[in-house]
Amino acid sequence: MKVLIPSPLLSYTNAGTVAASGATLTELLADLDRQYPGLRFRVIDEQDKMRAHMRFFVNGDQVFDLAHALRPTDAVTLVQALSGG
Amino acid sequence: MAVTTKKSVSRKKKTAVRSKRAVRPTPPRRVVVLVATRKGVWLLHSDTARKTWRVDGPHFLGHIINHVVLDPRDGRTLLAAVKTGHLGPTIFRSTNLGRTWKEAAKPPAFAKAPAGEKGRAVDHTFWLTPCHANEPNAWYAGTSPQGLFRSDDGGDTWKAFSYINDDAQYRTWMGSVQDGTPDGPKMHSIIVDPRDPKHFYFAMSGGGIHESVDGGRSFTLLVKGMEVVAGFDASNAAVHDPHCVRLCPSNPDRLYQQNHCGIYRLDRPSTEWVRIGKNMPKRVGDIGFPMVVHPRDDNTAWVFPMDGQTVWPRTSPEGKPAAYVTRNAGKTWQRLDAGLPKSQAWWTVKRQAMTADTRNPIGLYVGTTGGEVWMSRDEGKKWVCIARNLPEIYAVEVAEIK
Repeated sequence: MKVLIPSPLLSYTNAGTVAASGATLTELLADLDRQYPGLRFRVIDEQDKMRAHMRFFVNGDQVFDLAHALRPTDAVTLVQALSGG
Repeated sequence: MAVTTKKSVSRKKKTAVRSKRAVRPTPPRRVVVLVATRKGVWLLHSDTARKTWRVDGPHFLGHIINHVVLDPRDGRTLLAAVKTGHLGPTIFRSTNLGRTWKEAAKPPAFAKAPAGEKGRAVDHTFWLTPCHANEPNAWYAGTSPQGLFRSDDGGDTWKAFSYINDDAQYRTWMGSVQDGTPDGPKMHSIIVDPRDPKHFYFAMSGGGIHESVDGGRSFTLLVKGMEVVAGFDASNAAVHDPHCVRLCPSNPDRLYQQNHCGIYRLDRPSTEWVRIGKNMPKRVGDIGFPMVVHPRDDNTAWVFPMDGQTVWPRTSPEGKPAAYVTRNAGKTWQRLDAGLPKSQAWWTVKRQAMTADTRNPIGLYVGTTGGEVWMSRDEGKKWVCIARNLPEIYAVEVAEIK
């Protein structure tokens, strides 16, 4: 499926849109980390929680559960949500 | 600072050795100041006289950098503790003085908590220390929330070191994000005894100072003599707030400490800290963050006092920045402010933002939260500004390279 990558992670992917696969967000992140080593830990902490300013959208809807099921046709967007100076 | 020396009794011998060396020309060493800021890293390269400075940077623009340290064992490897506002914490490594950087394959991370329990997540690595000279490629890292980690492959992969990260007693002392330092309690001042890799110290803000003599199998609390904020119980390690601890390379049995509650010295084997800050001028006080020791003289140390009155502004007292030096192990202190602003300069200097090189005379370096770097080529007698308009400075370290 297509995954939209935010600018803080372009140093890993070198592309704003990448292809990855997985039946859940967890599996998708594992595939992204296989392709782009180190990416997952910058987004998900060691307790498998999304980091405070990273958010996931699937087909435009915000998703908080990493076990969320995905279909190959889904569009996944990683969003940076930082505020402050 | 893995300098293999013996106790202070060897100082005369060392002087003799140095003067013999002086007749043989040695290649001049250049100083590179490693400036870690809230928005990136800048490297300030000096000439051999430390008079002109070339700015190299930014590296990691926009990234939050708590510490950049050169490996003194190879003189070329840099480790940087990196995160951003969005992204999780990691470590970057350079083997060519910052021309290229490579991310750690496995940055410091706490153990995954068992199902149903709340685990901890590293927010940032705060402190980096190269291990003993006889342990090449080995490093320690201190994190926030507080944790102790070690790498044995030059900073590429990290794992929890010793038992303390998941020990019930240590977890109590380590506190939570609601305790102490604004962006979380910090493990810092990880100090390896240059005579013995198994002997090391670390400090926690808050949580006190801890010592191991068996390579981390066991630890002893080392807070006797340290004062705490009025109303707290000094026997509880959690309320102790050492800001910065340094070991004298010329006498590894002597440590100095800048604490939330004053300046202290400890001479081992004693386990009782002595508050040498009481000898500071009363109108200045003995509150501050960094502590700097002389590489060859264990009686000499520097501090950079902050205002600790009423609401604790933690700025230079009266808006007049100054370092203070003791030349007699804390009996007396002298003010060092020549060249620094004379008024209306409300500096804050954080615990990692003051350091010294090993040249003769010693060079001193201070970074401010207002983004200025000041240095002195003569041990603090005269100061000059060598960089300004940088972001908030978190740490200043010195690398001396051939």
